[in-house]
Amino acid sequence: MPVRQDWKVYRNVRTLNKSNKMSIIEINNLTKIYDGSEVEVIAVNGIDLSFDKGEFAAIVGPSGSGKTTFLNLLGGLDRPTSGEVIVDGVNIWNLKSRKLIDFRMNNIGFVFQSYNLIPVLTAKENVEFVMHLQGRPKAERYKRTRELMESVGLADRLNSRPAKLSGGQQQRVAVARALASKPKFILADEPTANLDSKSTENLLDIMENLNKDENITFIFSTHDARVVKKARRVITIEDGKVVWDEKR
Amino acid sequence: MILSVAWRNIWRNKVRSTVVITAITLGICAGVFSTAFFKGMAEQRIKKVIETETSHIQIHHPDFRQSTDISSFIPDATHISGNIRQIPNVTGVSKRIVVFSMVASAETASGVKIVGVEPSDEMHVTNLSARIVDGAYFEGIRKNPVVIGKKLADKLKVKVRSKVVITLQDMEKNITAGAFRITGIYDTDNFAFDEVNIFIRYSDMARLLSFPENACHEMTIKVSDADFTREVQQSVKLLIPDLEVLNWTELSPEMKYLTEAMDIYMNIFIIIILLALLFGIINTMLMVVLERVKEIGMLMAIGMNKLRVFSMIVLETVFLSLTGGIIGVLSGGLISKYFETHAISLSMWREGYVELGYDPFVYTDLELSLMINTTLLVILTGIIASLYPAYKALRNDPAEALRTE
Ligand SMILES: Nc1ncnc2c1ncn2[C@@H]1O[C@H](COP(=O)(O)OP(=O)(O)O)[C@@H](O)[C@H]1O
Ligand SMILES: [Mg+2]
Repeated sequence: MPVRQDWKVYRNVRTLNKSNKMSIIEINNLTKIYDGSEVEVIAVNGIDLSFDKGEFAAIVGPSGSGKTTFLNLLGGLDRPTSGEVIVDGVNIWNLKSRKLIDFRMNNIGFVFQSYNLIPVLTAKENVEFVMHLQGRPKAERYKRTRELMESVGLADRLNSRPAKLSGGQQQRVAVARALASKPKFILADEPTANLDSKSTENLLDIMENLNKDENITFIFSTHDARVVKKARRVITIEDGKVVWDEKR
Repeated sequence: MILSVAWRNIWRNKVRSTVVITAITLGICAGVFSTAFFKGMAEQRIKKVIETETSHIQIHHPDFRQSTDISSFIPDATHISGNIRQIPNVTGVSKRIVVFSMVASAETASGVKIVGVEPSDEMHVTNLSARIVDGAYFEGIRKNPVVIGKKLADKLKVKVRSKVVITLQDMEKNITAGAFRITGIYDTDNFAFDEVNIFIRYSDMARLLSFPENACHEMTIKVSDADFTREVQQSVKLLIPDLEVLNWTELSPEMKYLTEAMDIYMNIFIIIILLALLFGIINTMLMVVLERVKEIGMLMAIGMNKLRVFSMIVLETVFLSLTGGIIGVLSGGLISKYFETHAISLSMWREGYVELGYDPFVYTDLELSLMINTTLLVILTGIIASLYPAYKALRNDPAEALRTE
C-alpha cells in the first residue's frame, strides 16, 4: 500500500535500505537551480534517494516537474547546484570533467527520447560504437553486439541504418547500445514518448525481461500510465521534489 | 570507427558536399594545370636559351664580358679545347670570336653582335643549325658566308644570297669591312636574339680582324645532361684557373630569377585558391556542426570525449577537402601530362610572347612534387578550416543539446 512519506519516515526507509541491500546509487540533497534572466527556476529541489542493483524504477510527474533535469544530474550530464550523486562509492560530481566522461561511458547507459543513434552507422555498428570507444577487443565486440541485438529482438536487422527502422526498433537498438558498455544502470528519459502503444509495450517487455533475466537496473521517466504500471518502483516528482516513493 | 563515421557523414548531405568537392576539384585542377603550364613555359625558355644561346658553360678572358674589348682574348684556344674534350660528359666545345659592330644592307644598317664560329664545332654546342628557315647553315656559299636571324633579315630587307657589309675595328684599331653573302636565315622565336646575332666563319673573322692564331673570345661547352654542368665546370676551372668559367645560370642570371619568381607566383596563386576554398569549407562545416547539435550532444553523453569529437570534425573536414583535392590534383595532373606531349598553341598572341623570348607552343612541365605539395596544402587547408567548426562542436552541452522541447 503506497504511503505518502514525510521527510523522517522516508529517511528511515532509506537507512534501512542501505543497511540491508547494496545500493548502487546514493543521492543526497540534490538541487539544481537554473538562473533564468528574470526568475530562477528550482528544477530539482533537495532530492534524497537511493537505488539498488536490479531496480526497475519509474520517475513520474507532470511536464516541467524536473524529471529530465533529475536524470541528467544523475547521469553526470548536467552539473547540480548542490548535493551529491554517489555511484558505487564514487561521488561523480567530484570527478574532473574528462574523468566524468569516461565514468559515464563505463558505468551509465543512456536511452533518450530521440536522437539516440548515429544515423550513418548501421544498427550493429551503433551497438559496437561505445565498445569501440572503450577499446574492447574485436571478438568481444562482435559477440556482444549479436547477443544484444538478439535480446532486443532485432537479430535480423543488424545491417539496417536507423532511418530504415521504425521508431520502436530504433529505441530497441538504443537499449542494446546502452547495454553494450556493460553499465551499472540505465537511465531512460521518456523512452516511449514518441512510440505508439504497441511499440511501447514491446519496448517495455524487452526492458522488463532484461531486468528480470540479467538483473539490469533501469531508471526511466515517463508520464504514460501503461509504462508506470510495469514499474516495480514509482517515484513521483512535483516541482523538483519527491512527493511519493512507492515500491511494489 | 570514428574515421568511418567521419567519412560517411560527408555523404549525408550529398548535394552540399558535392558542391564543395566540385569547387575544390576545379580550384585545385586549375592550380595544378596553371603551375605546370607556366613552369613548362619557363623551362622551355631556359632550355632554349641553353640550346640556342649560352650552351651549358662558357669560358672568357676575365675582362671580356665587362669590356667586350677584342684584345681580351683567350690565347692558345685550340690546345685548351682539346683538353676540355677529354673531360667526361662533355659533348661539344666551340671557340668563338665575338665583336659588337655594324652590318649594312643596301637598304639600312643595324648594330649587331658578330660571332665567328667553326660551323662543325658550333653545331655541337648550339642548335642554331636546326633553326634555319631559309637557305642552309654555312652551305652553298663558298666565300664569306653569313647566317642571320629572320628578324634582322626583315629589318635589312635581305634574303638568302643577298649581300651585306660587315664593318668592324681590327686589332690595330683600323676600320675594316668585308662583304658577306647570306647563306642561311634562322628563326629562334626570340626576336631579341634573332635581331642582333649574326654568325660568320671563324677563319673569315680572324682574317678581317688580323686576330692572333688559335685565339678566341669565348669558348662554349655543352655537356650531355644539364645535371653534369657543375661537375664539368669544376674540372674546367682546374684546367684553366686564370680564365673565367661560368655556367648558364651565372651567364644569364635572369633565367634563375625567372624560375624562382615563377615558383613564388605559382605558390601564391595556389595559396589564393586555397584561401578562397578555405572560407567555403569553414562555412559548410559550421552548417554541419549546427545541424548536428543534438547528435553531437548524444555522442558526448554516451562517452565521446572532447578530443574525439574534435578529431571527428577535423577528419570530416579533411576528408571533404581531400576528396576534392585528390580529384583536382589527379585531373589537373592528367591534363598537364597530356599537354607535356601535346603543345598548347599561343599563336593567337604569338607576337607578344615571342618578343619576350617565349615559345609560341607551350609544353607543360608537371612535377610530382607539385602534386604532392598541393595535396599536402589541401590537407593543411582542411585542418585549418576545421578548427573553428570543431571548436564550436566542443561548446555543445550534452544536457542542453538533448532536451527535446
Ligand atoms: N536550461 C534551462 N534553463 C532554465 N530553466 C530550465 C532549463 N531546463 C529546464 N528548465 C526548467 O526546469 C524545470 C524542470 O524541467 P524538466 O526537467 O525538463 O522537467 P520534465 O522533464 O519533468 O518535463 C522546468 O520548469 C523547466 O522550464
Ligand atoms: Mg523531460
